[in-house]
Amino acid sequence: MRTFLINLGKRLLLVLPVVWAVVTLVFLLIHIVPGDPVRNALGDNATEAQVMELKHRLGLDLPLSSQYINYWRGVLKGDLGVSLLNPSDRVAEKILSRYPATIELALAGLFVAILISVPLGVTAGTNQGKLIDNVASVIALLGISTPGFVLGPLMILLFAIKLDLLPVSGRYGPEYLILPAVTMGAALASILTRMVRSSVIEELNEDYVRTARAKGLSERQVIYKHVLKNGLIPVVTIIGLQFGVLLAGAIITEIIFSWPGIGRLTIDSINARDFPMVQGCILMIAITYIFANLITDFAYRLLDPRIRVE
Amino acid sequence: MNILGKIGLLIIAGFFIVAIFAPLIAPYDPVTQKQQPGNLPIEERLKPTLSHPFGLDDLGRDVLSRVIYGARISMQVGVMVVMISALIGIAIGSISGYYGGWVDRFFSGFLFNVFMAFPSILLAIAMVAFLGPSIRNLIIALSVIGWVGYARLMRGQVLKVREYDFVTAARAIGAGDLRILARHILPNAIQPLIVQASLGMAGAVLSEASLSFLGLGVQPPTPSWGVMLNDARSFLSVAPHLLIFPGLTVMLTVMAFNFVGDSLREMLDPKLKR
Repeated sequence: MRTFLINLGKRLLLVLPVVWAVVTLVFLLIHIVPGDPVRNALGDNATEAQVMELKHRLGLDLPLSSQYINYWRGVLKGDLGVSLLNPSDRVAEKILSRYPATIELALAGLFVAILISVPLGVTAGTNQGKLIDNVASVIALLGISTPGFVLGPLMILLFAIKLDLLPVSGRYGPEYLILPAVTMGAALASILTRMVRSSVIEELNEDYVRTARAKGLSERQVIYKHVLKNGLIPVVTIIGLQFGVLLAGAIITEIIFSWPGIGRLTIDSINARDFPMVQGCILMIAITYIFANLITDFAYRLLDPRIRVE
Repeated sequence: MNILGKIGLLIIAGFFIVAIFAPLIAPYDPVTQKQQPGNLPIEERLKPTLSHPFGLDDLGRDVLSRVIYGARISMQVGVMVVMISALIGIAIGSISGYYGGWVDRFFSGFLFNVFMAFPSILLAIAMVAFLGPSIRNLIIALSVIGWVGYARLMRGQVLKVREYDFVTAARAIGAGDLRILARHILPNAIQPLIVQASLGMAGAVLSEASLSFLGLGVQPPTPSWGVMLNDARSFLSVAPHLLIFPGLTVMLTVMAFNFVGDSLREMLDPKLKR
């Protein structure tokens, strides 16, 4: 337990410089805007006085170093500034109100991916080279090659318009979650299916499998009690790494299905040139990703005693 | 190379030919709008016919011609992004692996992690959002997120190869750092880099389409698969062909690059051959 805590501390220390760099990059984003971001947002009809007034209110008239310090001060207090369009909108509050919808969608996508990939991967891996294995490979390949912005509208066409089974878009009940979750999870399911398959094949060659078989366990017990336990460990790492891909995919999925999450907020704010809001969204997604990876890392250590010993 | 890899290569070659010779192959101009009789219902007006095998879009433009010209954008962006990010990645990866020490700690211990802290296309979306949408900015953004993969790979290869006797021998006869890197280490690292480039093409084509789909890449009226797919969403029930043809094209392209990448990886890594 003690080494575990030390490791935890070490990992957290390693994450700090990355968090610092991410915050700095996000802060700098508004300064790569060609021209004047405030004038951009207010449009050509705004007077010089209006532009200066808003700049002053946002602190954008200060020297860069003070702006940077102010930005950090805000981030540490959980204050990400105000919307350019509607200065009474606080960025942090707006993001937090949209955040649960995105997390719900990402977790649902993850659930779909695991639900498809584990049985499919195990079946393929234990029947290596047979027809079912090849069918699984083809499915996985199709899944990897079908981007969300093709799959999503295709499923809307099929299940919502032609068959009229599921709603087209919005977030008004559990049935609204199905199509977006499948859209999000499909690519991850394909990657995981391949992982589970090769992991199972690898573990099946291990000595302990021979031992388990020799002592008379049924093939089912061998696979579910022994092989899966070890075989799923690398899969956990991939899930953590892919969680970021899921979060990024949420942006596209939320646009397709009008899902009121942080992804749609990002794109809507980009279109409205509401730069502080965009900065806030990007920062929030990146930080979520960093912590998702951290959690995975620890889940991995807890699951695999071989790493814990070191 | 396995059969899927060969099929992939054929498809890719086909797409490159189509992209290069688009003006000769496309039956119509991709932005010219066809005058149509106004009394027909929209389904009838847009649906695929013999003279327009992929149908027309809502503005009366030929979808087949737009898909063909769209290949140009995809291949152009893909090739540029892979070249730029591979060059940056190889340079940084080599320096990091070859010199080691604090240089390596800065690059691989810090910079790589920062760039990997942003989930895939998020950083690209952020950059294009602030720089403004255009093909040039798209290429810059995708290269900025793309180089890390090459850098990590190159660093790993350099760390492995620099310990070999032939490197020591080269150094003993007085070869400089640059010569050792370029003549002795790079050729030994080239194979995994090619795999990465092939998968990188798939990623770049996909990212271009994603960003254009979000309105952050190629701007209308320039035909891009992502833009076409975004436009198609408004006409799903009356003109599904607007979704299906560009959609299948994107799938086929990404699949072909994945085929090639996978089969190259299998060729190079005997452990995967089972």
